[in-house]
Amino acid sequence: MTEPLLTLAGVHTHIGPYHILQGVDLEVPEGGVTVLLGRNGAGKTTTLRTIMGLWRPSQGEVRFGDHLVSGLATPDIARRGIAFVPEDMGIFTDLTVAENMLLAAARGPMDAKRLDWIKQLFPPIGTFWNSSAGTLSGGQKQMLSVARAIIEPRRLILIDEPTKGLAPSIIRAMTDALRQLKETDTTILLVEQNFAMASSIGDTVAVMDDGRIIHAGAMRALMDDAGLQEKLMGLSLEAHQ
Amino acid sequence: MSDTSIRPKMERETLRDLLIRKLPVLLVPLLAIAGLLAIGNPASWVTLTAAGLAMGMMIFIMASGLTVVFGLMDVINFGHGAFVTVGAFVGFTVLAWLGGWTAPPSVMMNLAAVLIAILAAMVVTGLLGYAFERVIVMPVYGQHLKQILVTMGGLIIAQQMIHVIWGPDEIHLSRPETLQGALVIGEAAIEKYRLLAVSIGLVLFLGMRHVLKHTRVGLLVRAGVENGEMVEALGYRIRRLFLLVFMTGSALAGLGGVMWGLYQETITAHMGSDIMVMVFIVVIIGGLGSVEGCFIGALLVGLLANYTAFLAPKVALISTIGLMVVILMWRPQGLYPVVKAK
Amino acid sequence: MLTRLLSGDTPRSGILTVFLLLILISLAFAPFLFPGTKSLETAARICIFIVLVASYDLLLGYAGIVSFAHTMFFGIGAYGTALALSATGAGYFPLVWGTVAGAIVAAIFALAIGLFSLRVKAIFFAMVTLAVASAFAVLVSQLSWLTGGEDGLNYRIPRELTPAFKLIGGKVFGVTVNGKVLAYYLVFVASLVLFLIMLRIVNSPFGSTLKAVRDNAFRAEAIGYRVVWYRTTATVLSAVMAALAGSLLAIWLRYTGPATTLSMEIMIDILLMVVIGGMGTLYGAVLGVTLFILAQTYLQDFMGVAAEATSSVPLVSALVAPERWLLWLGVLFVLSVYFFPTGIVGRLRERARASGR
Repeated sequence: MTEPLLTLAGVHTHIGPYHILQGVDLEVPEGGVTVLLGRNGAGKTTTLRTIMGLWRPSQGEVRFGDHLVSGLATPDIARRGIAFVPEDMGIFTDLTVAENMLLAAARGPMDAKRLDWIKQLFPPIGTFWNSSAGTLSGGQKQMLSVARAIIEPRRLILIDEPTKGLAPSIIRAMTDALRQLKETDTTILLVEQNFAMASSIGDTVAVMDDGRIIHAGAMRALMDDAGLQEKLMGLSLEAHQ
Repeated sequence: MSDTSIRPKMERETLRDLLIRKLPVLLVPLLAIAGLLAIGNPASWVTLTAAGLAMGMMIFIMASGLTVVFGLMDVINFGHGAFVTVGAFVGFTVLAWLGGWTAPPSVMMNLAAVLIAILAAMVVTGLLGYAFERVIVMPVYGQHLKQILVTMGGLIIAQQMIHVIWGPDEIHLSRPETLQGALVIGEAAIEKYRLLAVSIGLVLFLGMRHVLKHTRVGLLVRAGVENGEMVEALGYRIRRLFLLVFMTGSALAGLGGVMWGLYQETITAHMGSDIMVMVFIVVIIGGLGSVEGCFIGALLVGLLANYTAFLAPKVALISTIGLMVVILMWRPQGLYPVVKAK
Repeated sequence: MLTRLLSGDTPRSGILTVFLLLILISLAFAPFLFPGTKSLETAARICIFIVLVASYDLLLGYAGIVSFAHTMFFGIGAYGTALALSATGAGYFPLVWGTVAGAIVAAIFALAIGLFSLRVKAIFFAMVTLAVASAFAVLVSQLSWLTGGEDGLNYRIPRELTPAFKLIGGKVFGVTVNGKVLAYYLVFVASLVLFLIMLRIVNSPFGSTLKAVRDNAFRAEAIGYRVVWYRTTATVLSAVMAALAGSLLAIWLRYTGPATTLSMEIMIDILLMVVIGGMGTLYGAVLGVTLFILAQTYLQDFMGVAAEATSSVPLVSALVAPERWLLWLGVLFVLSVYFFPTGIVGRLRERARASGR
């Protein structure tokens, strides 16, 4: 793990009149899970959307591997091997589960082995294969959203708060799935407010506030350093301790 | 894994819910029955209903492209009527060249001539759609006000160009020999051409449904209508998809133009903008972006226009506005509101 | 004093000021500067259309709403006056109550349409107004017992406003001051007053809120403005002004018919005038109308010459034929929307600002 897989350098993003990202510097090492923590409004979602090209940064650059991706159109960024699980899950409710998965496999037919693995990770995908995605429960939609992101091998997956508003049992299932995913050489950048969940699978961590990264390092170090937790607690972790 | 997450959440639909969901579809037969009661004479009713369905199908053909274009990219093309007009003029020109095929009373030759005219019109309007999208629409994505103005400007230019190319006068052309006249069943007379219009409309609707439900492109269009951003995040270039849809919509408008022209047997440079009024009413009634809604809206408008033209000719166009008002009061977003993610 | 009259909204550009003064003086002394029926007709048309187009700009430029029903309101005003005059004969009383009734009906229609469709989307409003306006036009031509159908209504107006009436025996600057000249001054003064009222409206707090709503409806709503209320009020105001312009036309022409008030062509003319002149500034309406109507009246002659000159080249001569003047204005319109959305006035003001005025 030498070169980071994804690098953000001095990224500024404006949304209309609002200056949301004010110089984000972030490195996501290859392999493992990087957790992005921060309170509501800190700019976590905007960071993910900027990486994905859904917002254009007004300044700074985003590098993926050896390539500059800031400025590319979203589909071109996606085709370089980045998948996105948005906060609102982005499910096509008008389509069936199967059709959602079919579209997610953008490069060709679905790989049967991979699909079996996904169905084993998330049993509802198989159970409701031919049902309309609009009839799924919130947790099931979240599973479908993650399933779509991994139906083809990706180098990086951006996941925005996959446990928000879900029952503990589903959070466990989701955590399990992400842990298995980690073992397949997929890098994950995870936005999460649930510190317990985040610390259980995170390898590295970055904390955001007011549109900047205010701390970055190993998850282990943060967990062992009560003082640092204390310092960051007021900013981002309070609600979850 | 706990089983709470895999228990089916779907509840059984009650009969009442089913009825409410299906009500828009039922409106068409309901309107037909109301028409029968109001008209009284079954023979006139059959004639009018056939005429109404034919008109509805033609409006649907012209409106379907407009509504999908809106659903996908939030673009409303006020110049859509230009494709209708251009299609009609190209179609008429081709039919005039093929005079040798339209005059003899041979069904095959007549239909072949109409088919060639339609294909020519669709190719021309499809290409015109390409140019229109690239030159007129693309620079103003996401700016509704400018979109309305610019597409309206496109319509003015297109109408004037028709004058330049085809001259200022309206053009008359009789329908091919075997498509003239009516079939008489009992006391009811149904014009043959209307049967052709209904068949083409129906085939097109079923074809469109098939494409939207069972092909990858169709799925992408439906997904894009709901959440275009996510479609892009999956790696698809939605702009290209949109261009394809725009061209298809333009070609369909051209097809509708040929059919409408043959229906009226007269075409003018402003026929497109006249029909657009009807098309907008249909698209609004159906719910902007919904193909099914557009189909049902078109049938409702076609039937109502023909019934009222018979019962109270002076208020025929007002009646369709009335229908629009009533439906919007019931469902402010139209019969089939399109689900938008944002 | 002058600034107050203009509600503080000065032209802010030297060239623009010159143009506006030129137009004002020409219109004010039109009967004497340009004697002849055709030029007086042109001048009166310019006055009336300035009110009509400015009232449309109130909606399009200031509120950011596209309506295709403006000719409907124009027509309602014209028919109000026309019906009153034809029902009770020539007189000032029917002239006034017909005009007021027309304005009230227009306001009610605008209120209904606004409340009905402004809640949803700008695009929705455009489509609904297009449908309603064309239905209205068809209805008017169908109800011939009331409206005279396609033929329209001819009626008499008070004698003092007709050519038969002579105000003074002799001539002033070689022009007979008859009732037609008086009628022209009625149109001119009324138009000027209505224009100044509109200038006051758009420069009032109401006008600035309207612009805030146009630029960012979400934010305006968040601050606490009731967006629908503002938009509907703008629609109603604009409709009333259009109706009054219609009444002026009815008085001036002594004739009202669908072709002069309700047709889609007029709607398109209005759009062209407002965009070419400049959206979001009432002076744009003045410039747009003047240029457009002069072009309509005189550009065709010029194009006739061009068509003659190119008659050997078939397509080119068809393109520059006098009947195709709308083609070129259409092209100019599209280019305006892309490249100078603020129109001629916006351009002039930018230049003035760039050169430190």
